[in-house]
Amino acid sequence: MVGFSPIPAMSMMSFAAGSRFLQLFGGVNLSFYDWYCDLPNSFPEIWGEQTDVAESADWYNSKFVAVMGANLGMTRTPDVHFFAESRHNGTKTVVFSPDFNMVSKYADQWIPVHAGQDGAFWMAVTHVILKEAHFEQKIPYFIEYTKKYTDAPFLVELNKEGENYVPGRLLRANSIEKYKASENGDWKFLNIDEKTGEFICPPGSSGHRWQEKKGSWNLQYNDGETGKEYNPLLSLIEQKDEVLQVEFIHFEQNKKVKRGVPVKYLQTKNGKIAFTTVYDLMMAQHGVSRGLDGDYPAGYEDANSAYTPAWQEIYTGISSGTVIQFTREWYKTAKATNGKCSVIIGAGINHWYHSNLIYRSATMSLILTGCIGVNGGGMNHYVGQEKLAPFDSWGAIMSGKDWKIPVRFQQTPIWHYIHSDQWRYDGNQADYNAVPKNDFSSQHSADLIAKSVRNGWMPFFPQYNKNSFDIAAEAKKSGATGNKGIQDYIIDKLKTGELKYSVNQPDNEENFPRVWYIWRGNALLSSAKGHEYFLKHYLGTHHNEIADEVAKEFVKEIEWKEDAPEGKMDLVVDLNFRMDTSALYSDIVLPAASWYEKADLNSTDMHSFIHPLSAAIPPVWESKTDWEIFREIARVTSEVAKEHLPEPMLDIVNMPIAHDSPGEISQPEIKDWFTGECEAIPGKTMHNIVTVERDYTQIYNKYISLGDNVRNGLGAHGISFPCEDYYDQLLQNTQHVNTIDGKKYPSIKEDVKAIDAVLLLSSLTNGKLSERAFENAEKNTGMDLSKLRPQNNDFSITYKDLQAQPRRLLNSPLWSGTVENGRAYSAFTMNTEYLIPWRTLTGRQHMYLDHQGYIAFGENLPTYKPSPRPELYGDLRKSVKEGRAKLFNVLTPHGKWHIHSTYGDTLRMLTLSRGMEPCWLNEKDAEALGVKDNDWVGSAKRQRGLLYPCLCEFANSSGHLHHLPRTRTNLFCAKIAQPRK
Amino acid sequence: MKNIRSQISMVFHLDKCIGCHTCSIACKNIWTDRKGAEYMWWNNVETKPGTGYPSKWENQDAYKGGWEKNGDSLELKGAGKLKGLKTLFHNTHMPTMDNYYEPWNYQYSKLLDSPEMDDQPTAEAVSMITGEKMTPKSGPNWDDDLSGSPIYARNDVNMKDLSPSEKETMFQLERMVMFYLPRICNHCLNPACVAACPSGAFYKRGEDGIVLVNQKQCRGWRMCITACPHKKVYYNWNTGKSEKCILCYPRLETGQVPACMHSCVGRIRYLGVMLYDADRIKEIASCEEKDLLKKQLEIYLDPNDPEVIAAAKACGIADSTIDSAQKSPVWKYVKEWGIALPLHPEFRTLPNLFYVMPLLPAMAQINDDNNYHTASSALWDDMKNPRLPLKYLASIFSAGDVNIVGKILEKLMTVRLHRRAVTVGDLNQNEVNTAMLASGLTPEQADGIYRLTSLARLEERFVIPPAHREEAIEMIEETHIHKGNTGFGFMDRPKRGL
Repeated sequence: MVGFSPIPAMSMMSFAAGSRFLQLFGGVNLSFYDWYCDLPNSFPEIWGEQTDVAESADWYNSKFVAVMGANLGMTRTPDVHFFAESRHNGTKTVVFSPDFNMVSKYADQWIPVHAGQDGAFWMAVTHVILKEAHFEQKIPYFIEYTKKYTDAPFLVELNKEGENYVPGRLLRANSIEKYKASENGDWKFLNIDEKTGEFICPPGSSGHRWQEKKGSWNLQYNDGETGKEYNPLLSLIEQKDEVLQVEFIHFEQNKKVKRGVPVKYLQTKNGKIAFTTVYDLMMAQHGVSRGLDGDYPAGYEDANSAYTPAWQEIYTGISSGTVIQFTREWYKTAKATNGKCSVIIGAGINHWYHSNLIYRSATMSLILTGCIGVNGGGMNHYVGQEKLAPFDSWGAIMSGKDWKIPVRFQQTPIWHYIHSDQWRYDGNQADYNAVPKNDFSSQHSADLIAKSVRNGWMPFFPQYNKNSFDIAAEAKKSGATGNKGIQDYIIDKLKTGELKYSVNQPDNEENFPRVWYIWRGNALLSSAKGHEYFLKHYLGTHHNEIADEVAKEFVKEIEWKEDAPEGKMDLVVDLNFRMDTSALYSDIVLPAASWYEKADLNSTDMHSFIHPLSAAIPPVWESKTDWEIFREIARVTSEVAKEHLPEPMLDIVNMPIAHDSPGEISQPEIKDWFTGECEAIPGKTMHNIVTVERDYTQIYNKYISLGDNVRNGLGAHGISFPCEDYYDQLLQNTQHVNTIDGKKYPSIKEDVKAIDAVLLLSSLTNGKLSERAFENAEKNTGMDLSKLRPQNNDFSITYKDLQAQPRRLLNSPLWSGTVENGRAYSAFTMNTEYLIPWRTLTGRQHMYLDHQGYIAFGENLPTYKPSPRPELYGDLRKSVKEGRAKLFNVLTPHGKWHIHSTYGDTLRMLTLSRGMEPCWLNEKDAEALGVKDNDWVGSAKRQRGLLYPCLCEFANSSGHLHHLPRTRTNLFCAKIAQPRK
Repeated sequence: MKNIRSQISMVFHLDKCIGCHTCSIACKNIWTDRKGAEYMWWNNVETKPGTGYPSKWENQDAYKGGWEKNGDSLELKGAGKLKGLKTLFHNTHMPTMDNYYEPWNYQYSKLLDSPEMDDQPTAEAVSMITGEKMTPKSGPNWDDDLSGSPIYARNDVNMKDLSPSEKETMFQLERMVMFYLPRICNHCLNPACVAACPSGAFYKRGEDGIVLVNQKQCRGWRMCITACPHKKVYYNWNTGKSEKCILCYPRLETGQVPACMHSCVGRIRYLGVMLYDADRIKEIASCEEKDLLKKQLEIYLDPNDPEVIAAAKACGIADSTIDSAQKSPVWKYVKEWGIALPLHPEFRTLPNLFYVMPLLPAMAQINDDNNYHTASSALWDDMKNPRLPLKYLASIFSAGDVNIVGKILEKLMTVRLHRRAVTVGDLNQNEVNTAMLASGLTPEQADGIYRLTSLARLEERFVIPPAHREEAIEMIEETHIHKGNTGFGFMDRPKRGL
């Protein structure tokens, strides 16, 4: 049983209703943020954070703003005034967009970069920054920033591959004698002290974070082991033993180049190791020679050598003069303002191929000019709406953690890829993706998913080809005792093949997903990537799927069945207040209260306030709030359980190894226990296996009561704080207390009571808890954070207070920006100002990604990769290319007035657009196709399930590029379509 | 100065406009969500270049709106005393349904009632006029964001002064450009609609200059529809009366901001009182076209001038209104700084809605190697070669005077240079000083423009004169009697107005 509900931060209690029920039941929650491709992968890569950005008010503080892939006027309508207002206060604005769009009109410079080629532009920007601002001018602010806050001074091993050297892993602290015995020595790293030339072990690494002795997880210039003061050496160029020619791959030209890099040597028990710094690798990768030999560009005008301004012209269509002027204005502004240059970036990039590489390339330009962790600076990504500000308390209620249950949270992209059988139509990923050829990069994605599941990198449900209750019962029967006994039993059965992972046999009946709850969103068609596959393999209904199944010859891990199953799902239940496509395809539609008929909470990254939703009118007709609907489902479930599952059941839950937990430092290398490369240790070399007892007759009681695991404290992101006194305070309200088995619990039966519990128990909305959270952070970091504590620690709010006026959130170490005294939230200002590490491997911002997978894919350094050619994959291989048809790139599925909103579906907005979301074509393309304005055209990708006609317009603005209809809420596109014959 | 009056006037800052149409929705939901008013958008937002709503409304050769000079005198272009009589029963120049659009709705019930089919059910569009199924082919914003530009943007009336090659280059990728033009009734000083009404149903309120239609007196002749050159009077096919923007006077009278302005997401709108010399209306409205703009701006009087204050008091203007006029943001933008212009002054209606020009991105070129090149030596383009041809802007806002438009763009850029110098300090101060001198702005003025543009809060953007409702009440009944009836409205129209 799975559930899907998007954008939890928008009406978070309604989201929590379904997820709380599902988790208490033992069901599965499907994620939305990554499924919508809204999650910027570069953020966890660089900062160890899902997403953390400036609130829109901080745009006003920027003095140079570059906007790319984000049409602020269209998608951030309430906030774009800050952008306009900043201009009149002397801010320069540059907009990158293939079409002259709503935000371009605010630009001082409009740069119509070819779609998806922004990365090439930024690689060249970084080239110019490194050459002029770093190497030639050595601008002190930039150099100091780079040393202090980035992994640039960290040492990287160079490995010999055949005749050539290639960048390898970061040099571990325990590889040298001095730090050999250090705790977590595999997770501590090395710098060289500028003054003495000695190795030092910077504090603040993940090894320091999770070690027994607390207090050295910070960014001070004191050796993390010895405490000795140091100053990191950024480059070995002045202290090199030798210059080695290191190999770099230029994917766009499919060639390897050798560039000289300064190195030093280290004698280890495994022999002599050559190493350099990340900074030196960045210089070489970006083609800044600094007088070293090798295949370095001759100058900016060298078009054949990556990554010069002339080189990027080929990909972007933008003159090198434009790049150079842009870069100089950029770094001069950053120099004059100590980092007030910012990038606003959005779905136009994030939904594009290699979006993380494009993001990383722009982020390098920001980091190298000290523009991260500064008001007016920042990599400001606005895609989706992910910021659940009071994540600590809300997270407990949403997940049922208050009842101390293990969660089944599912990463949705891999789940649909496997279950909706899209993997069957997919070939070897290396065939359409520019990667270095090796075993890791050249495999079928489904195989890699299977490996990731068993090795604990990814969750996947169902877990096994056997009911978890049955496995637990059989384990017990066979004499297994305790958690450990059951773990051993399962590992044994997996090794002998008696038990299989469901992910390996997705087309076997026992592994099908059966029941799907959808609420607060439109999962079918709108959010479905590959709608035709959903229709075919999940629903077994009419579909227009035309692609060939090609995976058979590639998959090794996944079992291939000749006939793909159709209609895997038994029941689809939709909670909705609209008859949208999901409702049309569901078995049961439960009428849900709309936004203005219920109490709820909203938070966002666009501003730093928490907002209420209030019932202006009661839910109309028979509709109910989500909180009530799932409460009722829980009640009936418990009723029915008295007959069908009267006894407590022992359940087994597989849990992947999580970020921000000690487990994150358990796998220094990729090793597969299943193939015998290492021992199977749950929670270390493989996923964890935990047991939980579920009493189905008590699900309702637990749903309506706040469990006493809250007494053990709350927290998130590795921060925790005690809150037992506030739990007791809730119990004081005797009118809202439930008694279960003679024990009293705070009641959250009513939605408003659940909201009040969230507000009382969060460090974002309760001053005392904020204070305690900072106390906890002080212990971990050893830093004085007293200035960050709220000035008014008596601050607390209730739902009633919020109804009177939205309130600003408090400082909390759960997040990274400071907001005291009306200061605008900008991400990572706590890190830069209070020397709190980022939650990364080294604790610094990562230019270099020290991971075998990234190295295998050639993405350990920021790079440029070309877009895959669409003819090579999926059903485009079979799409019509003749006659009045043409292959286009979709620029964005986002349109005016319907960004994560039903607003665009109102009659008003449909009247102000063209009655539906039209398809935008360039005038010349339309002419070539013989279509005119107001004609109907069919689009044959993603909407193939419908192939509805749609309106055609000409926007001269887009040059050679094209909008296609938004595929999110196609409700009206579909509605207007005549039923096809 | 014998006849001083007060006028509630407005400024829309086009450089800040988002094109989000929130104003239109606020207005539509409050005022025209009724039978017969479905097609009306008292407030609408147009993409420029474009043909607008109703289509090509600016083309007075076709619609015959506004006034024309006839010797020393002035007459309505399409209606008026004699002409109006001739066409009383056959008013040929009005926009038709095709020029507006046929409003539609959807058969939502189809989604619930549909039997099981091969494919999912759809809710088709139906006309809100006929109830028949229809395929929408036009709407109040059909050319949003340059959509359908070969048909719409290229046929914008305001490109009349551009040469064919100038026109063509406007539509090349590197020169692509657009901005938004939000429009409401201009509550003109010389309203053509009022003059054209054969029934005397139109009136301009004495106390604040709002132009209204008496629904009891309107006989549906529709001369107003033709006469208004902005096409901001609409005919309600259900009631048979004309309707128009009432500047949310029930809100204004209670100190609230008009809905379109209050909801403005881009914070582009400003409202305040302007004092003017009503005796000069005829002289100014009938002057030579080249002098029109300059003369209109002369009609507004300095509310801080003791002579003006004395004269205003003598004309019965309340102290609180004078006080409001002194704080008016409109006065600042229009007169003190001279950076806002009226829409189509050549229509000679002396409109009271002024627009700050949009800046738009620097011009670019395509290099010989086919690359897009937008680099320049300066941080900002100096507006000597703006992306939007000055002739085009001048056609809309200055009756063709390109110099005044150019001067405004220069001032706006100078404010930015000044603020850059203050906040970053990376510019050559001599160059900044030179630009300030050339633009005629003092640092204080530049800071003032920046403040009102970027930081002003609600109460600075909207300076609403207190309504003095007691004066209106006492015309009908004793104020102490009225106290008990408050909330029930007036039974009869107060005897006031022009």
